[in-house]
Amino acid sequence: MDLIRLKNVKKQYKNGVTAIYDLSLSIKKGSFVFIIGGSGSGKSTLIKMLYREEKPTSGSIIVGGVNVAKLRNKKVYKLRRKLGIVFQDYRLLPKLNVYENVAFTLEVLGEKKDEIRRKVLKALELVGLKNKVHNYPDQLSGGEQQRVAIARAIVNEPKLLICDEPTGNLDPERSMEIVKVLEEINKTCGTTVLMATHDKEIVNKMQKQVIVLKEGRLIKQEERGTYSEAF
Amino acid sequence: MKLFRMLLRSIRDAFKSVFRNFSLSLASISCITITLIIVALSILASFNVENFTKEIEKDMTIVVFVDNGTSEKKIDELEEQIKKLSNVDSYVFKGKETVKAEMQEESDIFKAIMTEWNEENNPLKDTFQVKVKEIAKISETAKKIKSLDGVSVVRYGEGMVDQMVTAFQSIEKVAYGIVIALVVVTVFLIINTIKLTIFSRKREISIMRLVGASNFTIKTPFIIEGMVLGLIGSIIPVCLVLFGYLAFYQYFNGYLYSKLIQLIAPEPFIYMVSLMVIGIGILVGMIGSASAVRKYLKV
Repeated sequence: MDLIRLKNVKKQYKNGVTAIYDLSLSIKKGSFVFIIGGSGSGKSTLIKMLYREEKPTSGSIIVGGVNVAKLRNKKVYKLRRKLGIVFQDYRLLPKLNVYENVAFTLEVLGEKKDEIRRKVLKALELVGLKNKVHNYPDQLSGGEQQRVAIARAIVNEPKLLICDEPTGNLDPERSMEIVKVLEEINKTCGTTVLMATHDKEIVNKMQKQVIVLKEGRLIKQEERGTYSEAF
Repeated sequence: MKLFRMLLRSIRDAFKSVFRNFSLSLASISCITITLIIVALSILASFNVENFTKEIEKDMTIVVFVDNGTSEKKIDELEEQIKKLSNVDSYVFKGKETVKAEMQEESDIFKAIMTEWNEENNPLKDTFQVKVKEIAKISETAKKIKSLDGVSVVRYGEGMVDQMVTAFQSIEKVAYGIVIALVVVTVFLIINTIKLTIFSRKREISIMRLVGASNFTIKTPFIIEGMVLGLIGSIIPVCLVLFGYLAFYQYFNGYLYSKLIQLIAPEPFIYMVSLMVIGIGILVGMIGSASAVRKYLKV
């Protein structure tokens, strides 16, 4: 079953730059997909359209049965509750500690306190940070901060986890740790993981599905793909 | 239950934010305080003015003197004509004998002089005592009555009262103008305060959006913050109303200058005014924050 299906998607920004030309692809539920491509390949735009930060100029984007392209601004929050999103720059709240940062998601949704506690601890255990609950973001390393961000993204048990260059600020060793965490989430929770990256080593090591974009077009989509130098 | 939890969280956040940006909040709060003090004074004054103009109006009477030697039939006709005037509320006919008796009761000197008067040589006149509906039109009504046949003189408060009423009315208008201007300034200050809060919490707001907070959840804390500013700003004005008016009332023994100008008794008047002041404070805060949220919080 497809979780994501794009059909003839085109995205032209207001300044006239076209980021995506006629893109059609589908991603199965429960898969782990790398989206790769250099700068200007349109991968960031693609990701932003998936969580409805940007709207496509034309075409349809179905995520979990909802046409995101036609989603009204007021309803976007309903989509976001089904997604987890991780960024390169972590986006943690500096004044909150690890526990509070992860709990923030559930607090905003108005969940009960003991329910929040249970879910937050479970998510932190999954990313291996259960012993740093009371630390603040500036007391953590980059890799740890990113794991907090991942915990925050998965605490609400989303069907889809979108990661926009999550290892961009990390050294190769930490990057590998992060990807392992993502793989773990993909396996144990059945969460579909979508990861945009340009880290060749990771892609080649993981042997996962690969979507390659270049200049706004789909170059190839293959199972157990590798990062070839051809583009 | 979920809504209640989110509301509690909003209120907690609002109080936190007020104290986090205290210097800025203080500017809004003091502006609200000054506005509300003037609003409170205006309310106190206008209610009192309204109260005692009503009291004065109750006593206002047009006295219509009927020419001596007017026949009974003519007097009945006059009565019909007065009755028909639109501004006439009620009237009483007092014959000259009644007037004589009343005057005799009032003083011993009158009594001595008037005992010699009889039906024939009584120089007093038959009168109608007319009460009007609208005090502002009293001179007009008096003129109309004067033009009737058989009426010699018409007397009433002779301008003093309606001048007083118009003076009070114009004072009220000026007060309303000042209040409105102050409210506008306050609203702008609140918009500015909330704007800065929104900017200082941009990161938090963007993360809230990412994790799927609804617009309602994002907006409510800011609107409540405006209401909290209004509430805090109304503390001093309310104290002023509660204790100030009471002291004022007691100092003047309940009336100003003459017994004519009666003050409204403090209870329950001051509680009502306090509630109004708090209500206006919260409302002004809410309007300010709501428009700031609409302007600067693009959700």
